[in-house]
Amino acid sequence: MTARRLESGGRIDRNQKVTFDWDGKALSGFAGDTLASALMANGETVLGRSFKYHRPRGIMSAGVEESGAIVTVGKDTRREPNVKATMQELYDGLTATGQNAWPNVRFDLGAVNGLFSRFFAAGFYYKTFMGLPPFEWGSGTGLWMQYEKLIRRAAGMGTASRAPDPDHYDHAHGFCDVLVVGAGPAGLNAALTAAEAGRDVLLVEQDFELGGDYLNDPAAEPKRAELVTAVRNAGVHILTRTTAFGLYDDGTAGLLEKVTDHLRNPDPSLPRQRFWTVRAGATILATGALERSIAFENNDRPGVMTAAAARVYLNRYGVLPGTRILIATNNDSAYGTAVDLEAAGAQVTVIDSRAEQNAGTSERVSIQYGLAPLEALGRPNITGVELAADTGNGWKPAGKQGCDLLLISGGWSPVVNLSSHRGAKPAWNAEQACFLPGQTKEPIFHAGSAAGIWPREACETSGVAAAQRATGEAFQTIAPGGWARTIKPVYEVRASDRVSKAFVDFQHDVTGDDIRLAHQEGFVSVEHLKRYTTLGMATDQGRMGNVIGLALMADALGKDIPDVGTTRFRPPYTPVAIGALAGRNVAGHFKALRRTPLHDWNLRHGATMTEAGLWHRPWYFAQDGETIDEAYVREAATVRETVGICDVSSLGKIAVQGPDAAEFLNRVYSNGFAKLPVGKARYGIMLRDDGMVMDDGTTWRLGETDFLTTTTTAHAGKVMVWFEELLQTRWPDLKVHVSSVSDHWAGVSIAGPKSREAISAILQDGTDISNEALPFMGVAGVTLKGNIHALIARISFSGERAYELYVPAGFGEAMMDLLWPSAKALGGCLYGMEALGTLRIEKGHVTGAELDGRVTIDDAGLGKMASTKKAFIGSALRQRPELLRQDRPQLIGIFPKDKSQRFKGGSILCAPDGTSGFGDGWITAVTHSPALGHWIGIGYISGGVEAWRGLPVIASDPTRSGDVEVEIVSPHMVDPEGVRVHG
Amino acid sequence: MIRINCPFCGPRDHSEFTYGGDGSIVYPELEAPREAWHDAVFLRENICGVQLETWQHVHGCRIWLTIERDTLTHEIHSVRPAHPGIAAALHSKEGAGT
Ligand SMILES: [Zn+2]
Repeated sequence: MTARRLESGGRIDRNQKVTFDWDGKALSGFAGDTLASALMANGETVLGRSFKYHRPRGIMSAGVEESGAIVTVGKDTRREPNVKATMQELYDGLTATGQNAWPNVRFDLGAVNGLFSRFFAAGFYYKTFMGLPPFEWGSGTGLWMQYEKLIRRAAGMGTASRAPDPDHYDHAHGFCDVLVVGAGPAGLNAALTAAEAGRDVLLVEQDFELGGDYLNDPAAEPKRAELVTAVRNAGVHILTRTTAFGLYDDGTAGLLEKVTDHLRNPDPSLPRQRFWTVRAGATILATGALERSIAFENNDRPGVMTAAAARVYLNRYGVLPGTRILIATNNDSAYGTAVDLEAAGAQVTVIDSRAEQNAGTSERVSIQYGLAPLEALGRPNITGVELAADTGNGWKPAGKQGCDLLLISGGWSPVVNLSSHRGAKPAWNAEQACFLPGQTKEPIFHAGSAAGIWPREACETSGVAAAQRATGEAFQTIAPGGWARTIKPVYEVRASDRVSKAFVDFQHDVTGDDIRLAHQEGFVSVEHLKRYTTLGMATDQGRMGNVIGLALMADALGKDIPDVGTTRFRPPYTPVAIGALAGRNVAGHFKALRRTPLHDWNLRHGATMTEAGLWHRPWYFAQDGETIDEAYVREAATVRETVGICDVSSLGKIAVQGPDAAEFLNRVYSNGFAKLPVGKARYGIMLRDDGMVMDDGTTWRLGETDFLTTTTTAHAGKVMVWFEELLQTRWPDLKVHVSSVSDHWAGVSIAGPKSREAISAILQDGTDISNEALPFMGVAGVTLKGNIHALIARISFSGERAYELYVPAGFGEAMMDLLWPSAKALGGCLYGMEALGTLRIEKGHVTGAELDGRVTIDDAGLGKMASTKKAFIGSALRQRPELLRQDRPQLIGIFPKDKSQRFKGGSILCAPDGTSGFGDGWITAVTHSPALGHWIGIGYISGGVEAWRGLPVIASDPTRSGDVEVEIVSPHMVDPEGVRVHG
Repeated sequence: MIRINCPFCGPRDHSEFTYGGDGSIVYPELEAPREAWHDAVFLRENICGVQLETWQHVHGCRIWLTIERDTLTHEIHSVRPAHPGIAAALHSKEGAGT
């Protein structure tokens, strides 16, 4: 191929020269070039190496179907592999390198694979490394994984950067009445018609210019310009450089907009790409058609490309791709290309595999009939073609002809991918030798060559017609076809006595022989064929190879193509970067962050934070030089000695109000709530329908019809949804309203012997909260100094005398500014989650780690709480025999046998002779207990304390701390009688 | 992406909703025997075709909905509030509006 840039012509801006780097060489092109057109103009021919055989590959097309010029663009952290050079806009400073080759694409040592190609045929990897004795299936897996690494390294299709992506991506959302995909002759007309009918239209084009095939025809430029202006004036929303990669339910489309991939120094405020989710009332697919190749020996040589591509390079980019050009066709579409190339100064010969005369071509183009290419000659670049003549019963060699460019037109495949995403099965049309879009009940309409309509005027008319159907104005359809003479299908050309390397799928190096081999080995289903040969599985996704592969399979099976079937296309149509899927949901924005009203106050007072679900909560408040272990032990000890304050604002809070609120809670909780007096709180456990524990918390009766229910931090959302479900779907007769008030209150726990003292000092008017006025589980409204209204409840999670104090969220800091000096003066402390855990583990109080959805109320040691006088959610199924077994795991406390030893959460509890397998129990949480002076834990063990009292048990943690001998004790490890809490 | 036409909020992406469960189940009285609860909680048809489902517009108006959806095509045939009182009120309002 001896390509050269012409002196004039094309849509490139010759005043704007662009320099770029290809494999270390400084080259230049023009604005408006693609990387492929610029490389071609520079005479670069070998741009890649093939996947298995490392064969040299060049430019094969001018579009998204490219299978040869696949390169890596960018460098360092912005290195993106597997970019189709035909789709990459050229910009000043662009850096591109060849891939899948070492040391470079022009001289690649991996090409030795080609000499051993018979070993790389279909199924080679599996047969060699997995299926043969002594590596039977399964037993050879370890070895396979070793080989796989080697094969992958040898085969590697470019490598991405391992550093974090320096770019950012956006998610965007759109709505429209009509989505038009593709801005060619059909799409532009469809968009204009729909917009003029008053519809809100979104037009999406993957190219950087609007026009589709108009762009490849200088004579059509006035018409194109006029249409584009009309479309803009009609108010059509236009997205260029945007690919509709998938269609989903109910008119939803996924689009990928490449915002800055064509810019050297993009505005840093712009996202690199935008991931659009568009909801469309109707969708018009004017996605065009792709020209097919034909399988023949060495059809992958640089210098072999599709016929239409040559017209694109000539007319759009001003590059004449060859000087002695042979065009092999089986249909009418290539003749226009022949005329244009000849007019540009090339010597052109057309070989048409059809027998008859063709009318209306230039006299200066020589045309020969009944011929097809048998083998491309020359290496690495093509120097000629051996021809084959149609004998009526196969092909026979028919002499050689020199050329530097071989153009192939094997027919056209409409891009039916998007409607196939919706389950519309493409239907084979034998007359046009292509799959046409399938039928769908959804408002999806095809126009132009996507519907198998070939002449431009018919495509324009079909765009108008599709828009009229989409808007319900008319129901005319345009028939497919339109060539003067019918296509004659040719999928493969080979002489029967020759073994050939005729490629069907260029990206995965699948040959016609591979397909016949797969058939011989019994792979007769098209889905099996695809997996065994890897046909259509690379980024090409079968665009180039699918129809040929199917045709060869049909031939081997002695069936017609429709009887072999086609595989269903699935999104995405073109690759979507993971970064685009993630959008802004990365790093700190990966998930939402919830701050309590006391968040800033906590930070100002020395909190180290930890994550609890979405919440950030104080973990511990270290004093000078303290480690976390020192801090939490001090905090927990201080609570038991004097007083501590802990932010509990993250607890779920639900206002349950209405005449039937008490009845509702009585049904939801396993213990009784109907008779809870006003001014009292009660600890409750709710079960699921299946009898397992769902959540626990306290409920405060603020008035006759007014309750405040608290939930665990983790289950706040779930419990709210559950209440709503019960009230709306099961018990619609109950007059109850629930509302989430979690964010309305700032709440703290004040725990320890001096808690009452600390609070009393900040109450306005000397309100009495003595044991008599506010006994254990009492609730009252109080006023803090500064006239701050508060709710106080005497409830305890720590086993100490303790209170929870709630104020409206905006008064949280004011409350703390009163409370903290008061507690500090009494020798108190602030404490975090870690000390909170210590205090509750010492008391054997359960929380999320223990209530993991697999435990019953009995397992958790709280069975006595469940009412026997009433039915409640879960009361029936908690009585399942399996759930009543005495040997179920039950809540226990754990001490180390040697009190100086520690063990870890997650350890498996085993009998000394049974440290393998699943063990008899597990440890859910551990802490160093300042009250006891050694490490303790809680967990579950089969049969509970009674079954293991006095018996040796091993806490086994083979990957971390090893085996530790422990003893099983009651989970109530500190103050089991509960004296302190009532004091 | 399924689109669900919430009777209060209009057509919205399914990502605003959470799936509840089988909408054809009539849960027994709390006092009902264990067997009745067993059947209601554990036995499900695996329907290929139109099935009744509950969904909640959890990131919207928080209404619980009863939806007829085709499990094969995702086509939604009907959407109504699960609460019969709300459904009736909505129906009469729609009736009055026409
Ligand atoms: Zn809603």
